[in-house]
Amino acid sequence: MIHARGLARTFKTRRGAVEAVRGVDIDVRAGELVGFLGPNGAGKTTTLRMLTTLLDPTAGTATVAGVDLLRDPTEVRRRIGYVAQGGGAGPDVPVGEELITHGRLYRMPLAQARERAAELFEQLDLAGLDKRPAKTLSGGQRRRLDVAMGLIHRPGLLFLDEPTTGLDPQSRSNLWQHIRALRAEHGVTVFLTTHYLDEADALCDRVLVIDNGTIVAAGSPDELKRKVSGDAVTVTVAGTAAGTVAGAVTGTVAGDGAAAIAAEVAGRLPGAHEVAVDGATVRLRVPHGDAALPALLRELDAAGVALSALSVQRPTLDDVFLTLTGRGLRDAEAAAPAGPRGGW
Amino acid sequence: MLRDTGLVFGRAMRQLIRNPVWVAFGITQPVLYLGLFGPLLTTIVGATPGFPPGDAWQIFVPALLVQMGLFGGLFVGFGLIAEYRAGVIERMRVTPASRTALLLGRVLRDGVVTLAQAILMVLIALLFGLRVPWQGAALGLAIMVLLGMALSATSYAVALLVKSEDAFAPLLNAVALPVVLLSGILLPMQLAPDWLYRLSRINPFSHIVDAERAAFLGDFDSRAVLVGGLVTVGLAVLAALWGTRTFQRENA
Repeated sequence: MIHARGLARTFKTRRGAVEAVRGVDIDVRAGELVGFLGPNGAGKTTTLRMLTTLLDPTAGTATVAGVDLLRDPTEVRRRIGYVAQGGGAGPDVPVGEELITHGRLYRMPLAQARERAAELFEQLDLAGLDKRPAKTLSGGQRRRLDVAMGLIHRPGLLFLDEPTTGLDPQSRSNLWQHIRALRAEHGVTVFLTTHYLDEADALCDRVLVIDNGTIVAAGSPDELKRKVSGDAVTVTVAGTAAGTVAGAVTGTVAGDGAAAIAAEVAGRLPGAHEVAVDGATVRLRVPHGDAALPALLRELDAAGVALSALSVQRPTLDDVFLTLTGRGLRDAEAAAPAGPRGGW
Repeated sequence: MLRDTGLVFGRAMRQLIRNPVWVAFGITQPVLYLGLFGPLLTTIVGATPGFPPGDAWQIFVPALLVQMGLFGGLFVGFGLIAEYRAGVIERMRVTPASRTALLLGRVLRDGVVTLAQAILMVLIALLFGLRVPWQGAALGLAIMVLLGMALSATSYAVALLVKSEDAFAPLLNAVALPVVLLSGILLPMQLAPDWLYRLSRINPFSHIVDAERAAFLGDFDSRAVLVGGLVTVGLAVLAALWGTRTFQRENA
């Protein structure tokens, strides 16, 4: 559905050229639901705008929905749907009218556009709202209206730019369901950008991670998580006074000394690494954390270390981002330069 | 392209019809000029030698029409900035619709608004005592509507380039004031000292004002009508080209 090679975009600003996207390769197969994940300012929207003909790439080539992007942008437009980050309905226009006009801009005959609009209102839980101006809709309804506009001409490929940004959790999971249904029931290929890790995790078959205009990783959420070598195991030794007393009675060790012993014991687990001690807490990573736990418990018991807590956490995409770029997604957002965004 | 233009025009017109009061608002200013400045002119015209032919209303009303076309056209960009911010423009730009149509549909709507306002204006001026042959009025309105559309295309182009009301408003003022002063709208430039008259000739709008005045006198084969008409058509063509280019291009 999408094959992009070396797609790049440089913006000229007063302070010199800004490389917003530095040559990305993207491959999306028909029927896939692919997420484009990265912090704000990483180049997600710029890439999306190139793939949707809104922005000319400064380098690279792409085939979108089977059509050469540079050679025939009009045909690309015919075959794709695009939902911009901020939506695109006129605030004062009755939404039904707006949807039908949008369909007609795709050269649909009036009757067909009307029929399709009614169908989409039904499908996206917007029935009965068609006379209302867009500004009176709730955030979730507006978002679904935007999606309806992107789908009016039955595109085989839908681009969604930050579809759930600014939505409350309920509207968010509701929109997720609609996006999943698009693929499951209508066979639409979906390419969406997000800066929410949980969104990419919950929704996407495959995730492309972009940072600083470069794709730094690609794969299924699970594959990506496997890049973070192993699960996070957190061991908290009993470090209270009560623990010390109990230790004296039962012959176990407790407190900071116990943490050091625990760290040493845990470090002997096969494949354990990144062992760190912080007060009474020991953190480490180990492949297959759940399987390693029984052995760890036995060893700690044998070493006489009393525990107050033990947990295993599967890696999150946040860990992935941290591993790939050396910084957390949130830090990356804070540090992102205010580059040229939006606009055309 | 015609079909797309029609769609964009229809959408814009429906928006207008939902809020028709703005059309009336657009003529309050010229009507104020008529009522509060026109009477002043009637006494001056009689007493001042060197005034071009025609009575005060025949001199002033055509100029007011040009001013209406000028300001009515220039300010449409504000609406486009609002639409841009709502994402409407971008949403339309991802459809296969013709880029020219995205501009033209809106410009046509503005043409309709300008025409309605101009007709209203002429009718009110008739009450004040304007005398004008109907062919003259028709030609005058035609020039004025074309001018208005040229300026609205320009306004859209500028609006899309600056994308912010804060930058757009001062820009308009900076352009509009010298253009008005050097066009002879308020008083004919024939009264000006030689250097000022020459300066005003560089301003295309001074020729359009002259053409408009000649039309209202029924002076159809005068040079003024020809020159002013050609200037208007020229401006319209340039504005359409520039506007379309702006709608086509994407920028940073």
